[in-house]
Amino acid sequence: MGDELVQLLTPRGERVPNHLYDPWIADLESEQLLRLYEDLVVVRRIDTEATALQRQGELGLWPPLLGQEAAQVGSARTLRSDDFVFSSYRENAVAYCRGVQLVDLARVWRGTASSGWNPYDVGMATPSIIIGAQTLHAVGYAIGCAKDGVDSVAIAYFGDGATSEGDTNEAMVFAASFHAPMIFFCQNNQWAISEPVSLQSGLPLAARAPGFGIPSLRVDGNDVLAVMAATRCALDRARTGGGPTFIEAVTYRMGPHTTSDDPGRYVDPAELERWAALDPIARMEGYLEGLGLLTGAAKASITSAADEVARRFRAGCLSLEDPEPLSVFDNVYSAPHSGLERQKSQYAAYLAGFEGGA
Amino acid sequence: MTELTLSRAIGTGLRRALADDPKVVLLGEDIGKLGGVFRVTDGLQEEFGRDRVMDTPLAEAGILGTAVGLAFRGYRPVCEIQFDGFIYPAFDQIVAQVAKMHYRTAGSVTMPITVRVPYGGGIGAVEHHSESPEAYFTHTSGLRVVSCSNPQDAHTLIRQAIASDDPVLFFEPKRRYWVKGEVDEEFGQQTLAMGAARVAREGTDVTLVAYGPLVATALDAAGAASDDGISIEVIDLRSLSPIDFDTVEASVRKTGRLVITHEAQQFGGLGAEIAASITDRCFFSLEAAPARVTGFDVPYPPAKLEEHFLPDLDRLLDAVDRVLGRTNSLTGWKA
Ligand SMILES: Cc1ncc(C[n+]2csc(CCOP(=O)(O)OP(=O)(O)O)c2C)c(N)n1
Ligand SMILES: [Mg+2]
Repeated sequence: MGDELVQLLTPRGERVPNHLYDPWIADLESEQLLRLYEDLVVVRRIDTEATALQRQGELGLWPPLLGQEAAQVGSARTLRSDDFVFSSYRENAVAYCRGVQLVDLARVWRGTASSGWNPYDVGMATPSIIIGAQTLHAVGYAIGCAKDGVDSVAIAYFGDGATSEGDTNEAMVFAASFHAPMIFFCQNNQWAISEPVSLQSGLPLAARAPGFGIPSLRVDGNDVLAVMAATRCALDRARTGGGPTFIEAVTYRMGPHTTSDDPGRYVDPAELERWAALDPIARMEGYLEGLGLLTGAAKASITSAADEVARRFRAGCLSLEDPEPLSVFDNVYSAPHSGLERQKSQYAAYLAGFEGGA
Repeated sequence: MTELTLSRAIGTGLRRALADDPKVVLLGEDIGKLGGVFRVTDGLQEEFGRDRVMDTPLAEAGILGTAVGLAFRGYRPVCEIQFDGFIYPAFDQIVAQVAKMHYRTAGSVTMPITVRVPYGGGIGAVEHHSESPEAYFTHTSGLRVVSCSNPQDAHTLIRQAIASDDPVLFFEPKRRYWVKGEVDEEFGQQTLAMGAARVAREGTDVTLVAYGPLVATALDAAGAASDDGISIEVIDLRSLSPIDFDTVEASVRKTGRLVITHEAQQFGGLGAEIAASITDRCFFSLEAAPARVTGFDVPYPPAKLEEHFLPDLDRLLDAVDRVLGRTNSLTGWKA
């Protein structure tokens, strides 16, 4: 563990030997490497499609993950189905890797539901929009796993900005104190809306965790292999009683904060250009080409597979209809509530008056 | 007089406060270079510098707790909470510290803190971006709570809030940010009490009490009712704590009927407080039980359902019919 950045692939896709982390990905065969690459391409394609859908008025909002594909895919693809994810809103690639259905990725952003999926179906909680709140949930879930005597792990995804919230800091205190089998996975994408990470911390974010008694590391978040190795290492520690790990994945938000944001007001174009040269997909592409794995035909078939996913995502999104008016009263409580029942029946009577164009 | 949007009217109020009093400082997330996600503070950091207009780390308890210390030191912090739903991490500092400090210190320490909160729904937003949490704060002794409905009031009230030695929760109706109106920067600064309600439209049959985003809806309802020969008096409360009950009572003594509306959920809300207080003050003037038209007692729903949560013109008119004893949704519609 240290301050230096764990990197297994250079920006041009050359493999850098690393005696600590190489063993964690030594088992990856050509087939799996190609599949990782395909994931990166597919999640970017979903993301661009979602942005287009928002521009066309079919989604209310979308938080692009452009540039963060490797951080999300590399970590999420290491998890077992019995592990559990507590994420923030930007982790749509994590959700995809967890097996969330394409149509379900669209629900919240189209405004038809508060949650896109049942958390227990995919091992991933409804994303938290309240910054930092989910980190504590991961701690509690992890403590529960340990109490139950299973070796499942909880992973909290959060941003650089989230490291300033009280909840995130309390989560580190609790995780250390209870030796919770979990991972703090921080995607440092350099920005919290318009605020640069330097406003949140004078130190690398990973340097904070040891102060809480949590080992940490910084990994090149645009290097899918390094992210995978780091996450596997932390998972192994958690599963074998070693407690929590903090991973800072150093990456970059290539797009706006959300489709409502105007980064032109605060991002220096030169910075964007510097990071564009570190693109996570180009890097993996370079590596696979070097290995002779990514032929023109393989690439073309991955591109068309991604286009097909995007087509299904769009179709799913457009198929989502507005919820029934009276469903506004559903699921507030798990058992009937007299006050709410009364409001519901009064509103039903009210709506009935409009039928037939009253 | 200049024509400004409601958001610019607040911005010019902040600008005046910063210029007039060197102790005024602004704190919040993204309020500097970005000018806030609603651009209310646009240009202020450039004009007054980073020492006066401070982008803070992403932590609401941090913002309010730091404001307490600045207030101790004689500053007048104006805190921006980015959206209504993000005020809760700061709730402890506001309720347990800010609200009580003057009382705890037997009046020796004042907390001239203003907390600006863009609030309310109707903009098709995702979760936590459309809430109306004002009743938590009106329920808390030691806080003053205001809400504006038009550019002039927004400008007058923000400057009065900053000048107040008490802490003020300042609720900004985010769906009305782009409404335009004439603003006179001097209007009401000396003469108008921050707590004074405003009769927004005179009428004789029903008193309709609203504040913030629903004042416009109430005025629309009054317009529509007048086509039906019903005269509605619309009162814009402006101040939610204290409430100018004298103005409401005078109106109800005239009309004999009261409808109260807010976006916030009904149970334990301001509507209940107003109905009880007015019943207490002028029971014998009331011709009907006061009616409330509010958000339902459910969490703020997803965007595609918000029209079935928010009070609108038709729901207001239904309640007006109810207090007038006319056919309404509760009696059955068929006459
Ligand atoms: C408690 C809370 N405060 C403020 C916000 C508004 N907000 C939404 S995203 C965001 C920035 C988050 O930055 P970061 O944690 O770095 O995550 P990123 O968006 O970069 O993925 C802010 C301030 C919020 N959602 N929750
Ligand atoms: Mg960030």
